[in-house]
Amino acid sequence: MSADALAPVAGPQPDSAGHFGRFGGRFVPEALVAALDELDGAWRTAMADESFRAEFGALLRDYAGTPSLLYEARRFSAKVGARVLLKREDLNHTGAHKVRNVLGQALLTKRMGKTRVIAETGAGQHGVATATAAALFDLECVVYMGEVDTERQALNVARMRMLGATVVPVTNGSRTLKDAMNEAMRDWVANVDETHYLIGTAAGPHPFPAMVRDFVRGIGDEARQQCLDLTGGLPDAVTACVGGGSNALGIFHAFVGDQAVRLYGFEAGGDGVATGRHAASITGGSAGVLHGTRTFVLQDADGQTLESHSISAGLDYPGVGPEHAWLHDTGRASYLPVTDDEAMAAFELLCRTEGIIPAIESAHALAGTVALAPKLAAELGREPTIVVNLSGRGDKDVHTAGDYFGILDKER
Amino acid sequence: MSRIGVAFDKARADGRALLVGCMPAGFPTVEGSIAAMTAMVEAGVDVIEVEIPYSDPVMDGPVIQRASDIALAGGVRTADTMRIIEAVAATGAPVVTMTYWNPVERYGVDVFARDLASAGGTGLVTPDLIPDEADEWLAASDAHGLDRTFLISPSSTDARLAMTVRHCRGFVYATAVMGVTGARARTSDAAPTLVSRARAVTDLPVGVGLGVGTGAQAGTVAGYADGVIVGSALIRCLLDAPTEAEGLAALRTLSAELAEGVRNPTR
Repeated sequence: MSADALAPVAGPQPDSAGHFGRFGGRFVPEALVAALDELDGAWRTAMADESFRAEFGALLRDYAGTPSLLYEARRFSAKVGARVLLKREDLNHTGAHKVRNVLGQALLTKRMGKTRVIAETGAGQHGVATATAAALFDLECVVYMGEVDTERQALNVARMRMLGATVVPVTNGSRTLKDAMNEAMRDWVANVDETHYLIGTAAGPHPFPAMVRDFVRGIGDEARQQCLDLTGGLPDAVTACVGGGSNALGIFHAFVGDQAVRLYGFEAGGDGVATGRHAASITGGSAGVLHGTRTFVLQDADGQTLESHSISAGLDYPGVGPEHAWLHDTGRASYLPVTDDEAMAAFELLCRTEGIIPAIESAHALAGTVALAPKLAAELGREPTIVVNLSGRGDKDVHTAGDYFGILDKER
Repeated sequence: MSRIGVAFDKARADGRALLVGCMPAGFPTVEGSIAAMTAMVEAGVDVIEVEIPYSDPVMDGPVIQRASDIALAGGVRTADTMRIIEAVAATGAPVVTMTYWNPVERYGVDVFARDLASAGGTGLVTPDLIPDEADEWLAASDAHGLDRTFLISPSSTDARLAMTVRHCRGFVYATAVMGVTGARARTSDAAPTLVSRARAVTDLPVGVGLGVGTGAQAGTVAGYADGVIVGSALIRCLLDAPTEAEGLAALRTLSAELAEGVRNPTR
């Protein structure tokens, strides 16, 4: 299956300029257009090239450990009232779906003859994945990380440095993910000849949203076949958490054409969308331009970006990939908020029923599934089958979760 | 011809380049920014470029970021920018506005254009809007008689450069270096080439920005460009000064030095 991870499939595509309906496109300095065109060309050529696809497929299989399992979580299912199948992206090398994207982009970087990659990171997962691929491909690697996040995620900073990356704490603006992204863009404008900006999610200017989606869509291709093999049919629903949205697009894409399969994206509701302290860009934001693309953005009346809030650093971003904005507009996918507390309750439930510690990001997908199951069961008049993208593992979140549940020893 | 076109023509006839000075609206305060821009005009800056502060200015270096943060923390609104433009336009100097795209889109593109025109603004410089995505702005700027300045870059292909300048009106903005705003020790070697590439496909005046901070650098750029655009170095006068009065004095001194520079082109 992995060897065919980039094989052409029918599915929604943007126009040639990267527009998903009224969203997407390129809102960038002219200085970056040549690099984006070069990337677009390299990506399209690579996608049509059997040898690239074979190389990518072999890396995914032999290095990243995919296809990831589709695991029937029976004890969790019994609590939830649905047949829950977990797509175990948490078992991939580096602990999340993100390795698929960085391997694809690192291969492209090599093909373009560039020697340096830069990345932004929030929780540090994408930074670690990028540093990993950079080590494997012998590329120079600089990771921009908000100063607030370097303090919250000191362990991941150390991991990146161990892998040979330079971590630059970003001290301007809100000192979080969005400012790290601004700083990476500034680096890219200045060093574009030898540098590839390895964006960590399906957002940013064209071709990033479609390209990243292509690199991670093996998740859904695998899950669809695995579900057919396991259950003899398609699931009633597919669920995922949505920050920038790459793991959700990765699992949705293969199912978009299956009209009977409902698609649910769960956004970070923080303290609750009504409080204003959240990261739910689709539910609680409005159409705007941020980081090179038109999408849903958390913004004030003057178009200034608002700070997002979530217990999950990986979802703590005030925008969302433009394809999600479009799937929302067309009604093909539904987007609902999940609060910090709901996510943490689901986090605990999975730990206790299955012996799996999920990433707090993925716990949002689990919590949304818990709420969805009885509604779907009532509507269908039977137990629904739900595929949940368990996009990452929770090792990185042990400290946050320990704090949340009050289970850390005071003296350490 | 637009007011800015007239100013460029006059400078050209005088054998010099036009000096464009950039300042964020509302920095350090709304009234303070009007005082600063007025001082710049009095000291010899020909055109004022008012930058609308934005939370995520990806084309700007640390100086403009800091100034924008100060302006936003002070609560400046897009509507205040219109008032600032009106006050500075009253000095008689042409006032062009620089803005990232989202504040315009949020204000409403056509309403923004209408208000900008009625405040006396000449047009927009758009660092993150390329003509490919600009249909709404092309229509609104036509409807309200505003200039459009898109950026060209050393990395622009010939085809893109020609397409971009075809959509410009008033003047073309050549970004001299591959990088963000901020004064540099040396201006770029790529800039003269970029200006001559632009001249090959347009009669519009070409302004050069990114990296100019001294009178001597202004003279160098004036040797090959129609306009010299200075931002960070002027803003730093205010950021670095212990008092507002000292900041304004430093701003006047640098403005006069730059004005002298554009009158002595190095050829």
